[in-house]
Amino acid sequence: MAKRSAPEVNAGSMADIAFLLLIFFLVTTTIETDSGLNRKLPPMEDVVDPPIIKERNIFTVVVNKNNDLLVEEKPMEISELREAAIAFLDNGGGKGEDACDFCQGARDSSSSDNPEKAVISLKNDRETDYKVYIAVQNELVAAYNELRNREFARLNPNIGISYVEADRMYSDPRTSTSEKGALKPKLDAVKALFPQKLSEAEPSKTN
Amino acid sequence: MSKFKKKKGGDLPAISTASLPDIVFMLLFFFMVATVMRDSTLMVANTLPAADQVQKLDKKDRVMYIYAGKPSDRYQEKFGTQPKIQLNDKFATVQDVGAFVLAERASKRQELQNVLTTALKVDGETNMGLISDIKQELRKVNALKINYTTRSGDYTQNLK
Repeated sequence: MAKRSAPEVNAGSMADIAFLLLIFFLVTTTIETDSGLNRKLPPMEDVVDPPIIKERNIFTVVVNKNNDLLVEEKPMEISELREAAIAFLDNGGGKGEDACDFCQGARDSSSSDNPEKAVISLKNDRETDYKVYIAVQNELVAAYNELRNREFARLNPNIGISYVEADRMYSDPRTSTSEKGALKPKLDAVKALFPQKLSEAEPSKTN
Repeated sequence: MSKFKKKKGGDLPAISTASLPDIVFMLLFFFMVATVMRDSTLMVANTLPAADQVQKLDKKDRVMYIYAGKPSDRYQEKFGTQPKIQLNDKFATVQDVGAFVLAERASKRQELQNVLTTALKVDGETNMGLISDIKQELRKVNALKINYTTRSGDYTQNLK
């Protein structure tokens, strides 16, 4: 009988198949980095002497259980919130030592004195949807970012990037230490002009 | 009969592809190392809300995750449909959050213990009551840096 040896399978194309799979995964995987809205909670201990804030320096935003928005006691759509928050923060209605020399707002005496004093108070109900709450937070942060971008561009006319981009660059671990050192005073200067005073009150109970 | 017989044919020798699998393996290992794996299996629905004013989260070793949302379909029979908190691989109550944070903090290196961020990965359909309770617990254990983890997108997607 003739002895037949099994023919050897050509494995030359294996690498091609492997490459094909590799490229597929390469395209489909996203190296996931989480991102989100950073917030800082107030410490637990009660402040003995709460600072007195004038009514006109507080911008109250209330989200009720039906996800409706009440801004300064008037109902509002979320799409208008950013404008309203900017108008409030940038108002600069203060006089004398409270005067704000860089504000471009209406200088309405019934709105905030200056951005340093202006506080946004966000109140929500226990039944408010989380996603609506995030949308509101997002718009308020956007208002701050927009104003900070403006001031950053004014203070650093030739830098070519916005505040948000500079801040992202600053927190990127790949940025060199010297670059970070150069960015930090610029960022801090803008943060001092528009400090993010966003207070999250404890929610009101529905029943 | 010459001693130095010329080889037949002058065509090019085939390029050896023997090292190709090695290259592929190298790439494969790179992706295996670089890809972030979910370290706990999700037991809750987790459609994050969208936001566009986001900041990147810190390095992974400085973050602890708290998940919340409705239990997934296969757990609904046992745990109901009310939103619940998930810590590591277990459902937990609000009271467990403080202990979880303290345990996580103790497991980190000394120099990182004060810079930890708590990432709240909460489903968009959850009520704020649960989140406020979590925030109160976090304040009690002095874990004040939080991050509402979102996916990037326009805020109007949240309002539908």
